[in-house]
Amino acid sequence: MKSFAFHSPGTVPDAFALLNDVSESKLLAGGMTLLPTIKQRLAEPAALIDLAKIPQLSAITVDGDALVIGAMARHIDVVTSAIVRSKVPMLAHLAAGIGDPAVRNRGTIGGSVANNDPSADYPAAVLALDAIIVTDRREIPASAFFTGLFETSLEPNEIITSIRFPIPSTAGYAKFKSPASRYAVVGVCVAKAGGRVRVAVTGAGPCVFRVPEMETALEARFEPGAIASIKITAARLNSDIHADAEYRAHLVTVMAKKAVAAAIQGL
Amino acid sequence: MSNIIGIGKAPRRKEDFRFLTGRGNYVADVKRPDMVFGVFVRSPHAHAVIRGIDKTEALALPGVQAILTGEDVAADGLGSLPCGWGIHGADGLPMKEPPFPMLAQGKVRFVGDMIAFVVADTLREARAAAECLAVDYEVLPPVVGVLEAVRSDAPLLFDDVPNNLCCDWELGDKAAVTAAFRKAAHVARLSLVNNRLIGNPMEPRAAIAEYNRGRDHYTLWTTSQFPHVVRFLMAALVLKLPEQKVRVVAPDVGGGFGVKQFHYGEEAVITWAAKKVERPIKWVADRSEGFVSDRHGRDHVTEAELALDENGKFLAFKVTTLANMGGYLSTFGPNIPTNLYGPLLSGVYTTPAIYCNVKVVFTNTVPVDAYRGAGRPEATFVLERIVDVAAAEMKIDRVELRRRNMIARDAYPYQTPVLVEYDSGDPLGCLEGALTAADAAGFSARKAASERAGKFRGLGFSTYVEACGLAPSRFAGRLGARGGLYESATVRVHPTGQVTVLIGTHNHGQGHETTFAQIVSDKLGVPFDGVDIVFGDTDRVQFGMGTYGSRSLVVGGAALSKASDKVIVKGKKIAAHLLEAGEHDIQFEAGVFSVAGTDRSKSFAEIAGAAYVPHNYPLEVLEPGLEEQAYYDPINFTYPGGCHIAEIEIDPETGTVTLEKYTAVDDVGTVINPMIVAGQLHGGIVQGVGQALFENAVYDEVSGQLLSGSFMDYCMPRADHLPNMTVETHSTLCTHTPMGVKGCGEVGTIGSPAAVINAVVDALSHLGIHHVDMPATPNRIWRIIQNAAMQQAAE
Repeated sequence: MKSFAFHSPGTVPDAFALLNDVSESKLLAGGMTLLPTIKQRLAEPAALIDLAKIPQLSAITVDGDALVIGAMARHIDVVTSAIVRSKVPMLAHLAAGIGDPAVRNRGTIGGSVANNDPSADYPAAVLALDAIIVTDRREIPASAFFTGLFETSLEPNEIITSIRFPIPSTAGYAKFKSPASRYAVVGVCVAKAGGRVRVAVTGAGPCVFRVPEMETALEARFEPGAIASIKITAARLNSDIHADAEYRAHLVTVMAKKAVAAAIQGL
Repeated sequence: MSNIIGIGKAPRRKEDFRFLTGRGNYVADVKRPDMVFGVFVRSPHAHAVIRGIDKTEALALPGVQAILTGEDVAADGLGSLPCGWGIHGADGLPMKEPPFPMLAQGKVRFVGDMIAFVVADTLREARAAAECLAVDYEVLPPVVGVLEAVRSDAPLLFDDVPNNLCCDWELGDKAAVTAAFRKAAHVARLSLVNNRLIGNPMEPRAAIAEYNRGRDHYTLWTTSQFPHVVRFLMAALVLKLPEQKVRVVAPDVGGGFGVKQFHYGEEAVITWAAKKVERPIKWVADRSEGFVSDRHGRDHVTEAELALDENGKFLAFKVTTLANMGGYLSTFGPNIPTNLYGPLLSGVYTTPAIYCNVKVVFTNTVPVDAYRGAGRPEATFVLERIVDVAAAEMKIDRVELRRRNMIARDAYPYQTPVLVEYDSGDPLGCLEGALTAADAAGFSARKAASERAGKFRGLGFSTYVEACGLAPSRFAGRLGARGGLYESATVRVHPTGQVTVLIGTHNHGQGHETTFAQIVSDKLGVPFDGVDIVFGDTDRVQFGMGTYGSRSLVVGGAALSKASDKVIVKGKKIAAHLLEAGEHDIQFEAGVFSVAGTDRSKSFAEIAGAAYVPHNYPLEVLEPGLEEQAYYDPINFTYPGGCHIAEIEIDPETGTVTLEKYTAVDDVGTVINPMIVAGQLHGGIVQGVGQALFENAVYDEVSGQLLSGSFMDYCMPRADHLPNMTVETHSTLCTHTPMGVKGCGEVGTIGSPAAVINAVVDALSHLGIHHVDMPATPNRIWRIIQNAAMQQAAE
């Protein structure tokens, strides 16, 4: 690790000012990916701007028909939040399965979403719940946010401040986790809001994606059996030493069924 | 005397206070005055010619003290890293033994091979300099798999090693095996891969070296399982230093599993460099470095055939194995897949004829050497798997087939057709005990319950034996060992009657400080708390071969027992003088010397006091002091064994295997501390389960890069992967070790992979599956189920 400056601003404008003024600076939002990357010298920022000391960034509130989770809410905060548990219990369940206790005590929802790791859990929930990514300058719908492998539509120096999750009538998340890393080999989030159903898949491909066929089937009949025979193509899915593309394609259906079952149980 | 805690008791471990409260003293904890820091530059290529190394830019960076390369090693005329075993091929010729320079010379042969050592005032400066060292590589095509390595068109690692073949080794009576196969009623055949593993002890390797110019003396602190052997190999053979000028200290070590029982190039380089910079140098590997430089384990490709008569009696067993050595011969490398493998192929069975051929092969991968069990898990896996294959093909119950072929308890000592003679054992007793403990009778009901839930359930057996307590020196010498394999212990009785033991084994988690104290407490009748165990320092401990191969209690404990006996003999002489009796009338029991048939006695402490304050003492015939030393060289290996039963459930939808129950009934001989034995079994079993279900070192075949180079991709078994285990002992006593002990360090790792995979295959047997390679990952199991379903559909 090379030396770097460390800044700890108290407000979002201060953070933005630092980000603009200090060259080669990076935001630190938990650092569960950034810090190992720096240790391995794959990133060498001259300065880190830590968002952890900005109080309003970690608030979890209900605003009308939406659950709003501050970008700096740690996974453990989501797991233990009474608000999350009563409004969107699926999110508490999802957060409880991220990484290990050390990661859950440091990692944040904003950091995870901004990083858009193809195997991260949160992007599936953000996409399935049709959430809004709120930044220091605009609101980005989930459908326009995740653009590719580790790519998002965030502009340079744009800071996520919160995620607004429309509260669904029910939602479920099921992941097949890597026994080693605990990342999602395949994770599927299913959410039902009004008459609409959204199915979002993480881990399987280079970027989180929806499965319209399953959504249609579930809108007609919201039960696991409705999608049991829907197979997705392995064509553009990930393949690595743990899981080949065909296996991942198969797991999408298996995990989608489990997610529907979880949603029905209200998890 | 009170507080005697002897053999068979289970006191809490003496060493745990410091381990559990952060008071251990590991190499990384050691700080020396004016200490500087070293970083190894490692090859990013699996196979390349080093065209040149330009140090100029790196040397100019701040804080840099030295940059040493293979050219400097050659210029100083230093030796190659030695291989401790010289085996011979079937043709009688010695193995090919190309040099293993401590820093690469001319060529690199695996990703992680050491190019240079950079020393700087701070770790950050050393890293910065290491990063900008300019190495000009000419990249060559690598070969990573054994099957590819022996092909005629394979890239060669060494110009003078054709086909990358180090040795074509054999054992057994080939003609007898061939004849037996001709009259067989059935031949079972099996091809398998024994997956490559990375040991990953919790503490990464580390070393600190210091040179004292005033005394022309070196001290090396290193994470080693055998500091005396490191001193001998490094001083005498690599650095060519007088042995008495080198002290090697292995303080607290955080797990070894074999990974730390080799003499590594890092140790020699840092010691050599310490003199050059005249500052103490510290190097601590990070985890990523450990993945590509700690010696790996296993990595076999095997074909096996078992010949049986019409009743299922084993007639002959034939095994052909290609064993991966990696890029160079490590300290024990060629011994592991040969001498520690072939002789185990008899197992607990009366197979009259066995033949084993092992091709030991170089590849562009990390050198492969001993990892917990070392050769014996591989042998057990082949044998216990093919027994199941034979049982399925002949439609004989797996347990019944084992019973028919087991060596009966009264048939010991039993001479196998593959060198070794088992002294004692009761495989059938272990099997029957395990069947009961595992509730094997209730399995069919549990299987039916699993089926109702859409799951496949399987039960797997492994009845096995191992040869451990390494080793009889003379026997090992005939097999190619270049060193002895005895152990030494000194029992130093203090004037107060308290005891310090100096022993040549090394405790890195096994609980020796407790077990050995119990032996002394038991033998000398001194309080358990009055015994301290010293190890791991060549300046304090006389000599020792260290800890590996389940040898510490078997060989070191025997030396300790013998040294304790000598103390008693001398104590009786002193007591006879003080009590004015004949020496033969003195009895010793529970810490008291007494005259037989009288109430006259002296305590152990009184005798010790007299030995050190010899006013009333037979100085004419007896030296003062009470300290005795013993060296012990065993006459045979020990043969622990037992029966392991694994019960697993498969979710066919995802292919996930869940270990539901695990039962082990083992014969480890005399148990000194049942709690520690249970702990050793638990840990060993977990490592075996890790190999069977999770762990796999994977290289990219094209680039030779290690793909499973971190815990993100190399799956260590975790607590939530495992059920509670039932661990019991069913012991027969070893007939030739002083206390009847057999050793327990490796049994868990040796018995368990076959038990787990046999259970997995059992669960899939209705699909016509007869083998599953390790690790049985979800993807692999799902694929097997898919293929079987497609095949059944086609039929």
